[in-house]
Amino acid sequence: MVNSLAHTELLRFTTAGSVDDGKSTLIGRLLYDSKSIFEDQYEAISQTSAKRGEEGVNLALLTDGLKAEREQGITIDVAYRYFATPKRKFIIADTPGHIQYTRNMVTGASTANVALILVDARKGVVEQTRRHAFIASLLQIPHLIVCINKMDLVDFNEEAYNRIKDDFSAFSHRLDVKDVDFIPMSALLGDNVVDRSTNMDWYGGSTLLYALENVHIGSDNNFIDCRLPVQTVIRPYSDEYHDYRGYAGRIAGGVFKKGDEVVVLPSGFSSRIAKIDSYDGELEEAFPPMSVTLLLEDDIDISRGDMIVRPNNQPDVTQDVEVMLCWFNERPLQPRGKYAIMHTTQEARCIIKDVRYRLDINTLHRDEENKEIKMNDICRVLLRTTAPLLTDPYRKNRITGSIILVDEQTNETVAAGMII
Amino acid sequence: MTSNYQLNHLRELESESIFVLREVAAQFENPVLLFSGGKDSILMVHLAVKAFYPAKIPFTLLHVDTGHNFQETIDYRDRLVDHIGANLIVGSVQEAIDNGMVREETGYNATRNYLQTAVLLDSLEKGKYDAALGGGRRDEEKARAKERFFSHRDEFGQWDPKNQRPELWNLFNGRKQYGEHFRVFPISNWTELDVWQYLAVEEVELPSLYFAHERNVFRRDGMLLAESEYLPRRPEEKLEKMTVRCRTIGDITCTGVWKSEASTLEDIIAEVSIARQTERGGRADDKRSETAMEDRKKQGYF
Repeated sequence: MVNSLAHTELLRFTTAGSVDDGKSTLIGRLLYDSKSIFEDQYEAISQTSAKRGEEGVNLALLTDGLKAEREQGITIDVAYRYFATPKRKFIIADTPGHIQYTRNMVTGASTANVALILVDARKGVVEQTRRHAFIASLLQIPHLIVCINKMDLVDFNEEAYNRIKDDFSAFSHRLDVKDVDFIPMSALLGDNVVDRSTNMDWYGGSTLLYALENVHIGSDNNFIDCRLPVQTVIRPYSDEYHDYRGYAGRIAGGVFKKGDEVVVLPSGFSSRIAKIDSYDGELEEAFPPMSVTLLLEDDIDISRGDMIVRPNNQPDVTQDVEVMLCWFNERPLQPRGKYAIMHTTQEARCIIKDVRYRLDINTLHRDEENKEIKMNDICRVLLRTTAPLLTDPYRKNRITGSIILVDEQTNETVAAGMII
Repeated sequence: MTSNYQLNHLRELESESIFVLREVAAQFENPVLLFSGGKDSILMVHLAVKAFYPAKIPFTLLHVDTGHNFQETIDYRDRLVDHIGANLIVGSVQEAIDNGMVREETGYNATRNYLQTAVLLDSLEKGKYDAALGGGRRDEEKARAKERFFSHRDEFGQWDPKNQRPELWNLFNGRKQYGEHFRVFPISNWTELDVWQYLAVEEVELPSLYFAHERNVFRRDGMLLAESEYLPRRPEEKLEKMTVRCRTIGDITCTGVWKSEASTLEDIIAEVSIARQTERGGRADDKRSETAMEDRKKQGYF
């Protein structure tokens, strides 16, 4: 039994939508039909449904969160949910879809392999759909699944499905999305979620669960550009490991092999990999997202924030960084303001040198006039940092291409950025 | 080429947790690992050993001891601490009662579980710990589903669910004011089944309580509770001998046991895979109200 589980992959997906388009019902349906709901949970929501005078059991209640949210009947924060099939383990980042919550959508999208975008079949592609698709492309989620929901309310009509598919494609051509799938479904009745619908014979594609189980995620990580941001240096100070200096970190890109020639940035010193160490013994190679410890042949001064790379493939070493920024904080962005910046395992300070434009995420219009940046706004900025950062474009690497800004007084995370 | 470079889900979760543990060691000055003796904290210790191998773990272990333990838990704890050469600190609820810091509940449903919060916060303050690592998982309970890996607490140790820091990619913001601290949950993304599967794959030794054994138990509120000098029984609550095991291990007064024949990790995994109740279904502390966990977390509970 344990062995058969050794082949289960992990897939993270995000769902964005509002109360009305059936997002909670869809997640409830996925959990319920994949038998991930426990009796005591089901009993609790049955009781609540009855108490509220609802007909049947409201599966949407399964994703009900905090007291404040239940009182207001809305989701205000990212909630994580889990379920598994024999093939994959799934982590759902369940995010609210309203424009006020752009920052939550961005947060949920940052680690996702797949984004589910919900469309109400009666309403078609609306502003919110475009916003979700845009955020998915901005955050470079590799795969999109457009869930055309509530097909039961349009008599499972093929025309309705095709119209939405065409509308969405016309819009998404302008975005940077590669892999889009369209699935007609009814989350309420269960059509094409886990079980194939008997009401839509015209649809030859897969169910949602089948798509989630089979989408190819093997190339979602970067296996080309070798990057190891050093987290900490392991020095045992014991007799047995007297001279041991291990550089610990999580591989952010590429495949490192024993004997490889490497360069340490920003110092530029080179050496070779003497050993890739782990508690379970020496490893021949290391790739994303493994957490490992590298030992080098030469004694070089390396500390947290440094990056181990290959000589013929190096990141940019720069103090001027162009980023797309999503603003998270109630206090607006201060032009020429100073913030702490976190990038991989490195920390520095930075100044916002220039706001290039504010992006209207509904129309994709670049506003160069009104550049006041408030919570949930997206903009392009130029940052100048106090120390050089070791960066790649976000499109190439989501780990070495991302930053967050921190308010130095309150220590709150005020913005997330994708390096251009 | 890429198909060879795919970790299975357990290795990916392991790698994520090791990353978080290393971030804690790098970002905080005086971190502590909360050790309850339950499987999740055993997993945490195991992951910490792996994260810093061949060095010793850079965390002190803190056990908040209600004094109402299964003896097996204490024996296991002491063996483990000795084996990995860690430093253990015990925060005693009994002592807090004796010196009047907290008052004990009375009656049949009395439990010291709530008193743990005060003792925990007091121990953190006394030790000047700036980060406390906990084995909380998001699949456990609805209030935990929105918890961050790095969870900021104010100077009163309180959690404000409406004002959490957004957490993106693997950038963890551990910056804080003097006197504030963080709770860090490295195994946030593990489910109960993941934990068991991993402990089996890694052949980690576990307390005997998790495996089926004979014990005197009685029924209360639909749960089975173990006979104990700390748990007064109502006249109608009769003892029965049954083959049971624990799915979670906490204070003896609120840890339910389950009828089970599972005597190996393989059996447990089979049992958990088809379980129809959540593991916290056996926890009396969660049953007090619909938002029991959320309310306790706001006050500084784990």
